[in-house]
Amino acid sequence: MASPRQRAARWRYVQYAVLVAVLLAIAFIADWEQIQRAFWNWELVKEQFPDVITIALKNTIIYTACGFSFGLVLGLVLALMRLSSVGPYRWIATGIIELFRGLPALVVFIALSVGFNLAFPRYEIPFGNLGVVTLALGLVGGAYMAETIRAGIQAVPKGQMEAARSLGMSHSRAMISVVVPQAFRIILPPLTNELILLTKDSSLVYILGLSLSGYELTKFGREGMNSSSNLTPIIVIGLCYLLITVPLSIVVRRMESRAERAR
Amino acid sequence: MTTHPNDRSADRAGAAIDVQDLHKYFGDNEVLKGIDFHVGQGQVVCVIGPSGSGKSTLLRCVNMLETPTSGRIFVEGDEITDPDADVDKLRARIGMVFQQFNLFPHMTVMRNLTIAQVKVKGRSKDEAVEVARANLAKVGLAEKESAYPAHLSGGQSQRVAIARALSMSPDMMLFDEPTSALDPELVGDVLAVMKDLASEGMTMMVVTHEMGFAREVGDNLVFMDDGVIVEEGDPREVLADPRHERTQSFLSKVL
Repeated sequence: MASPRQRAARWRYVQYAVLVAVLLAIAFIADWEQIQRAFWNWELVKEQFPDVITIALKNTIIYTACGFSFGLVLGLVLALMRLSSVGPYRWIATGIIELFRGLPALVVFIALSVGFNLAFPRYEIPFGNLGVVTLALGLVGGAYMAETIRAGIQAVPKGQMEAARSLGMSHSRAMISVVVPQAFRIILPPLTNELILLTKDSSLVYILGLSLSGYELTKFGREGMNSSSNLTPIIVIGLCYLLITVPLSIVVRRMESRAERAR
Repeated sequence: MTTHPNDRSADRAGAAIDVQDLHKYFGDNEVLKGIDFHVGQGQVVCVIGPSGSGKSTLLRCVNMLETPTSGRIFVEGDEITDPDADVDKLRARIGMVFQQFNLFPHMTVMRNLTIAQVKVKGRSKDEAVEVARANLAKVGLAEKESAYPAHLSGGQSQRVAIARALSMSPDMMLFDEPTSALDPELVGDVLAVMKDLASEGMTMMVVTHEMGFAREVGDNLVFMDDGVIVEEGDPREVLADPRHERTQSFLSKVL
């Protein structure tokens, strides 16, 4: 009889064998030249520059930054409303959160771009498309972040509020100076997550029908793919997305470990 | 609101803290069952009793961290339980020290000591820093002003917490089991700071298990059990010769 340890070792060999077999199969079956032509055509890669950076990447960052900033403010306001002792504030905040968390971001974009004009024909969302993107991404992101921020505020030990109040601070002063800063430290990781999600959601701006100068990464990549019948442009913009999100993760990990040291 | 006879408030005129017929419920659970007592100006009153006796709740009612169900509390003649009272303003005159220190972990020691001075008392930054430095020196931690709370030991944290409360230049100090969360070898430093304060004439109300401190420093000792004051008097007498059976049984367990 094999001992449990021998059985475990044998099972591990089987797993390695499967992995190697799959990799070999892919390597032999794949037509590498064809793959390279379809996915990484150097000519096409060069064609993407510099517009992919100066227009598409720039716009993605602008849309995301605006949407996230608005969403963060909205999320904080909604979170504080959710924690309010005034009933109607709690109900309104809960309603807004449930509504925008439950709707696909695409629906919010359509509702804002088309619906707003129909509902208020005499008014316009300021700053044109950028205003619509900011509002739509902010509403969707804010609804998610509100619940995260609320959880963060509630995770700050009660003694912090009590200590602040016992020093004579008002409730709102204690919130601003003592509780909320600590809450944000706690929720830094989930907030980064939200920022990364919003970066990707910013691609939905295509629904607004933009001209070239307003293209963000996804729209830019799709146009490039359609005109060349080749996947290379999509690969390029995919790398651009990673160019945003990976450094972001690294920065936040740094901030976390620094906050950890001060804790 | 309960009525209170005038004769009693008369002989308490000038009391720093005056608690009258205080009741406090948590849900259906009555944790304070009619507390009457006062702390004179410059007095040190120690409150002892088994856990769950309501002593911390009583202390927390004095600066309204807990809202009394009924009864009245006067702080230097101002009723803090009055619904129209400016509680924030009164609290700024009452220093409080917690069992768990409750320093603000995202601020340096210096900022812990200055933020309320600037935001609540309206002191200038320079003045606040000066006051903070003086109080840090007083608790023996002048060199820690730029440290973060995470880098302090428990005893240092509690002394910083005392300095933080003192920096508001309070008229009185409340201590809620200030040494209960400390390692035994660190208790002495904190008690030494509290003794200094008492000898300077600070009015203090101290919930504690440190009978030695009560005996040495206290002007008055209050023994609470099950939401009532069972016995109070001179600490040396109460500790040496408790009259009440419940006091005797409690002291026999802790002494």
